[in-house]
Amino acid sequence: MAKRLLFLLPVLIFLVVAGYFLWGLGPERDPKNIPTVMIDKPTPSFDLAAVPGLDVPGLATADLAKGEVVMVNFFASWCVPCRAEHPFLTALTEETGVPLYGINHRDKPEDAAAWLAELGNPYTRIGADPGRAAVEWGVTGVPETFIVDGQGRIRYHHRGPLVPDVIERQVRPLLEELRS
Amino acid sequence: MIIELGHFALILALAAAVIQGTLPMIGAARGDAAWMALARPAAVAQLFLVVFAFCALTQAYVTSDFSVLNVVQNSHSAKPLLYKITGVWGNHEGSMLLWILILALFGSAVAVFGGNLPPSLRARVLGVQAWIGIGFMAFTLFTSNPFERIFPAPLNGEDLNPLLQDPGLAFHPPMLYAGYVGFSMAFSFAIAALIEGKVDAAWARWVRPWTLLAWAFLTGGIALGSWWAYYELGWGGWWFWDPVENVSFMPWLLGTALLHSAIVVEKRNALKTWTILLAILTFSLSLIGTFIVRSGVITSVHAFASDPERGFFILILLAIAIGGSLTLFALRAPSLKAGGLFAPISREGGMVINNLFLTAACAAVFLGTLYPLFLEAIDGSKVSVGPPFFNATFVPLMVPLVFLMAVGPMLPWKRADLAGALVRLKVAALAALLVAGLTWYLQTGGPILAVAAMGLAAWLFIGALVEWADRVKLFRASPGESWRRARNLPRAAHGMTLAHAGLAVAMAGMIGSSVWKQEVVTNLKPGESVEIAGYSLLFEGVGKLEGPNYKAERARFTVTRGGEEIALMFPEKRVYQVKAMPTTEAAIRTTFFSDLYAVIGDADGQGGWTVRVYHEPLVPWIWIGCLAMVAGGLTSLSDRRLRVGAPHRQHKSTARPAAA
Repeated sequence: MAKRLLFLLPVLIFLVVAGYFLWGLGPERDPKNIPTVMIDKPTPSFDLAAVPGLDVPGLATADLAKGEVVMVNFFASWCVPCRAEHPFLTALTEETGVPLYGINHRDKPEDAAAWLAELGNPYTRIGADPGRAAVEWGVTGVPETFIVDGQGRIRYHHRGPLVPDVIERQVRPLLEELRS
Repeated sequence: MIIELGHFALILALAAAVIQGTLPMIGAARGDAAWMALARPAAVAQLFLVVFAFCALTQAYVTSDFSVLNVVQNSHSAKPLLYKITGVWGNHEGSMLLWILILALFGSAVAVFGGNLPPSLRARVLGVQAWIGIGFMAFTLFTSNPFERIFPAPLNGEDLNPLLQDPGLAFHPPMLYAGYVGFSMAFSFAIAALIEGKVDAAWARWVRPWTLLAWAFLTGGIALGSWWAYYELGWGGWWFWDPVENVSFMPWLLGTALLHSAIVVEKRNALKTWTILLAILTFSLSLIGTFIVRSGVITSVHAFASDPERGFFILILLAIAIGGSLTLFALRAPSLKAGGLFAPISREGGMVINNLFLTAACAAVFLGTLYPLFLEAIDGSKVSVGPPFFNATFVPLMVPLVFLMAVGPMLPWKRADLAGALVRLKVAALAALLVAGLTWYLQTGGPILAVAAMGLAAWLFIGALVEWADRVKLFRASPGESWRRARNLPRAAHGMTLAHAGLAVAMAGMIGSSVWKQEVVTNLKPGESVEIAGYSLLFEGVGKLEGPNYKAERARFTVTRGGEEIALMFPEKRVYQVKAMPTTEAAIRTTFFSDLYAVIGDADGQGGWTVRVYHEPLVPWIWIGCLAMVAGGLTSLSDRRLRVGAPHRQHKSTARPAAA
């Protein structure tokens, strides 16, 4: 009998592996979605100058731990998904009143200014990032958005554009929780 | 019109496969000779139909028929003819057609050369083979039809991925598939044997040549892919433990184990159920490889455009093929008559150890490849398993295996004298010490383990040669006598020596290039030079170049060593216009002992260019070693004993027949 079980072992192992494969094919799963390691860590230290030609100040670590929940959004004028998320970000800022800080990633100042002039500027601070800050924040592409709590700790990180679905399911509930 | 005919031909081939997969199987169960005999013409008809379908698609590529969707997506009228042809299998749909073609080729080879197989075994083998074909033809026709038309036809195509427009990659897929699909033969024979309930020496003699052939193709295919990655990707690396590489490597490891265990079945009538299981698992891993590459379950640097829906179809095929065959194994294998016991210290004992290590190594690679998926399923966290894992698991398993590889062939069958074998290997031990010492003396800062590893490679190389020299009495008999003995030695013996020595050479290359590789990344202006490993590369500037479907920037380097000019190198950076995709074309200057490798990067806008230069010691040995392994496999395949279609009675003679 024990011998029979031994002969059954290969097919049992295969069934387990096949089960994992089936799970892996699930439509909810996106293997390319890389998780962040930044959650619950303090924001990296950085000090970014303002974008020349814009009338908003630059952004530094010190601006993030002032007892207020803020959103930090990496964007660039050359980035098409940024354009897509822009109206949703603007609406979110207006509705919740949570300050939105921008980090303008690898952009020409005049392009960034023109882009914001065209679409409107929801950002209260914008730092110009030649590339270094993105690396320290663990950003792999634009747009990416962080929520930072009043103690300057990162509480949320989203890769890709903030679309309404993500805002309603994740961002808004978290903002309310953090501010209550 | 031709495209539609090709499509119909593939549908007819599916019908032929259904006939081949059912009637002969029923005939074999009932003992009906006429029904069993149907398998052979059905297999040949299937081949003709698939060849026609394949030619129809190739024709559309060659004539740039942009009313065919597959051609639009993967070809362009300005593409050189070679890449128009190789574009046929440079995409998912076309490569499935190539897979089916190779499967049909193997199937009809059994039909044509299998005259001396027992009729029921032949009918069952062809029947199983047909079922594999049915699965893949249905998959292609229902989910990945390469014959789909597009209306209105665009003026030109979207071109083939520029990375694939390369002679190395042109022939990588056919060889790899010939390897993957070749293992389907061993699989079909295993299933047929389980149905028949009989495994004997004749069965093993039938399985071995197919396994050898598949193994030789797979070795060549993997080597070609690795060579391509080395010179085309511009990183100077040749193996990345990427999932797509691993899935081709796993069948290779198990196939190598199968190759050896089949000898034990043949010679000693032992290890039968294990060999059956290996045959099933080897092909199963080929199928799993197809699934992983095409389903997007695991992220990889290089993979086909993946699609979960197709993945689901292949998963069902996997469940039927692997689940079904392993269930059959669980039901039937316990009742197979067990073979004799044998002494642990003997040739067959050595083969068992070989199998243990190879299987364990394969399990390690399997775990490393799928671990990210397992972990993510359990707690949602995402990890990537990289070279450190494989270096910590795979390499330690290879060390004892390579050590024993020199000893195993010295042991005779049944009962061996270990001390005697080791004494015969004293030359190899001496060579190992010598090479280790030389490496120690030459090396410029590297881990001590690398010194030992080079010694181990020398041990295997000389060990393989000593065994061969013993058999032909080299230097101990007159040259004429040695020559006569060498000629009378079975080809399989020469093949083994060649393959084992080839592995030693490849191993030395792998160690050398991983441990003593040097890399310089710098920014150069024309007139400046960069120094590496005693070479000086003078950057003379960058010129423009126009290719058939790309524009290139070509840098010119003058290489000097000790003030003497020895070569010119021209690395290129190409932009393929249709896909607007840049590729690097490394310039490689190779000597037998090392490669000098130069890649040109981006201009910094101030007259300077990023330049990467590598010095890779012993890298050419990897390819030389792999070539020797393939040659060893083919030499062994030409052995009279295994020659396809050799009459049965010749196998019975125990004395080695003269080759003449």
